Amino acid sequence: MFDLDAKTEVVEADILVIGGGTGGPMAAIKAKEKNPKLKVLLLEKANVKRSGAISMGMDGLNNAVIPGYATPEQYVKEITVANDGIVHQKAVMAYATGSYPMIQYLDRLGVKFEKDGSGEYNVRKVHHMGTYVLPMPEGHNVKKALYRKLRQLQVMISNRYMATRLLKAVDGRISGAIAVNTRTGEFLVIRAKAVVLACGAAGRLGLPASGYLFGTYENPANCGDGYAMAYHAGADLANLECYQINPLIKDYNGPACAYVTGPFGGYTANNKGNRFIECDYWSGQMMLEFFRELQGGNGPVFLKIDHLAEETISTIETILHTNERPSRGRFHEQRGTNYRSSMIEMHISEIGFCSGHSASGVWVDENARTSVPGLYAVGDMASVPHNYMLGAFVNGGIAGGDAAEYCAALDLPGYEHGDVDAEIKRVLAPTRREDGFTAYEMEYKTRRFVNDYLQPPKVTAKYLIGQRRFAEIREDLGNLFVQDPHDLMRALEMQSILDCADMAAAASLYRTESRWGLYHMRTDHPYTDDENWFCHTMLFKNEKGQMSHRKRSVDDYIVPIDAAEMGAYHHLRTASPQAAE
Amino acid sequence: MPIAHNATAVPVTVDDAKCIAEKGCRVCIDVCPLDVLAIKESTGKAFMKYNECWYCMPCEVDCPTGAVKVEIPYLLR
Repeated sequence: MFDLDAKTEVVEADILVIGGGTGGPMAAIKAKEKNPKLKVLLLEKANVKRSGAISMGMDGLNNAVIPGYATPEQYVKEITVANDGIVHQKAVMAYATGSYPMIQYLDRLGVKFEKDGSGEYNVRKVHHMGTYVLPMPEGHNVKKALYRKLRQLQVMISNRYMATRLLKAVDGRISGAIAVNTRTGEFLVIRAKAVVLACGAAGRLGLPASGYLFGTYENPANCGDGYAMAYHAGADLANLECYQINPLIKDYNGPACAYVTGPFGGYTANNKGNRFIECDYWSGQMMLEFFRELQGGNGPVFLKIDHLAEETISTIETILHTNERPSRGRFHEQRGTNYRSSMIEMHISEIGFCSGHSASGVWVDENARTSVPGLYAVGDMASVPHNYMLGAFVNGGIAGGDAAEYCAALDLPGYEHGDVDAEIKRVLAPTRREDGFTAYEMEYKTRRFVNDYLQPPKVTAKYLIGQRRFAEIREDLGNLFVQDPHDLMRALEMQSILDCADMAAAASLYRTESRWGLYHMRTDHPYTDDENWFCHTMLFKNEKGQMSHRKRSVDDYIVPIDAAEMGAYHHLRTASPQAAE
Repeated sequence: MPIAHNATAVPVTVDDAKCIAEKGCRVCIDVCPLDVLAIKESTGKAFMKYNECWYCMPCEVDCPTGAVKVEIPYLLR
């Protein structure tokens, strides 16, 4: 037991942005640019300078829609096909049309993109159909450029505050959030007219094969807080069964970066050094072929670049060892992996939620609005599929602009004091015990069961057992015990992870078909059933506080797709094994 | 249930001779996305307090004196 006297401060803002990684800062920036008089508060669990998925920068744009290389219509078509048709095209189109202006904006902020001799963007092809990849060999300064702009626009920043629940007014509008300081345990009640959730993926859901809780692909701070907060606020969450599963460097769990190496001639290979997929773009079908190769006696799977020329390999090495995940050089060195003589061993990742790479997120429309009035979601946690870093920026900007307009005619909504009291009690409960189970143990156990029971192929009988195990862990929360405010943050994160585990299981059981390749491969329902399941699935907390579901029909396409084109991503396996080039 | 404390090797090390935390520097502590670094009371220097590392490297890259070194955590090395 440690002593927290639960000091609570109340502050007011027009717009509260929760999450200072990628989409969050851009939401704050665009809100202030739209209306400099607005009071915009950016809340961050870590420190905005180096937080979120791109703390060390980014090595490329995976979805740049640049005139001369691709049109917004082509991009919308590509993503519709890659995601088996279940997309809200208007939101994808809003991204696609905002893509090029955002690249130019970031360029003006000082973010560096690869250009050719005449100053044009040097776009490369990785996707199955179109050309959208823009390398950023000097992309290590993204966060610095954002930070400068935030300071210039006088966005208020509160670091080391973790939001735990959203607040609503009696009429159902969003009215702010409760946060706890991760170093002092002090509470902050933020009253706001609009709230933008930008909390990243649920990237700490499955347990990495290494057993190291923080050895995840996503920044482990992105543990699903945003998904949990949206759920408890009554928002709809879309297609959560469309998991994020990535092909990664085994054990290191970072991206092998076929997107970076592909344009240079690198590719994904089996243990014979042969290509087995035609396209390295991450889709559910690609992951299914990857999984089959791992299971089928031709594994492990590797990233192969050892056939390339020395100067090409040096260039790749420089890009991969100075951006996004620079520690991979050290990892390879310790294992004696030299790109010149060895292929890079890859493996399949544990599961998570992430729309940035897949399609599991809090439902948003083309204005980044969730189903709760005044609540927005952006980036990896919002439902715009395959959105990546540039999508987080674009949708963050859309949310910021829309929220600024929404605020204009609105008085500060009220909130229920009882909600705040109840939340403070929930947060502090683990600090009031003499001993018990630690957050580390409870998180480990939850995530191990996620691997044991939820990792695809999805088997109904296993899912039902998984749900029972999660319910038992939920009962054990009554014994959750923390020793300091840092531990308290982990304990709160663990509860978000458990919420996400429950949502993953429930969403997967609801959709009784198979879709999106490996992401939602149900052995008891092995076929895609367009007649009954060509729809979004919405998961939400009903009025009785129970996890509920409903279908939402896919809006009429604004970019029509021919039936023949729809199957493009279903034929990714090479016709016959191809020898190394 | 009573609590035990298990020792682990930590991936982030700080060279006390180079660390200038006693002069007020908090760069590595500030930039860590997982807040795993702190000041050791006995020395006034930064150290890795919690073994919860994403081996992301801002602590090392942003340190003004080159005192911080990030290794890959042993379990996944």
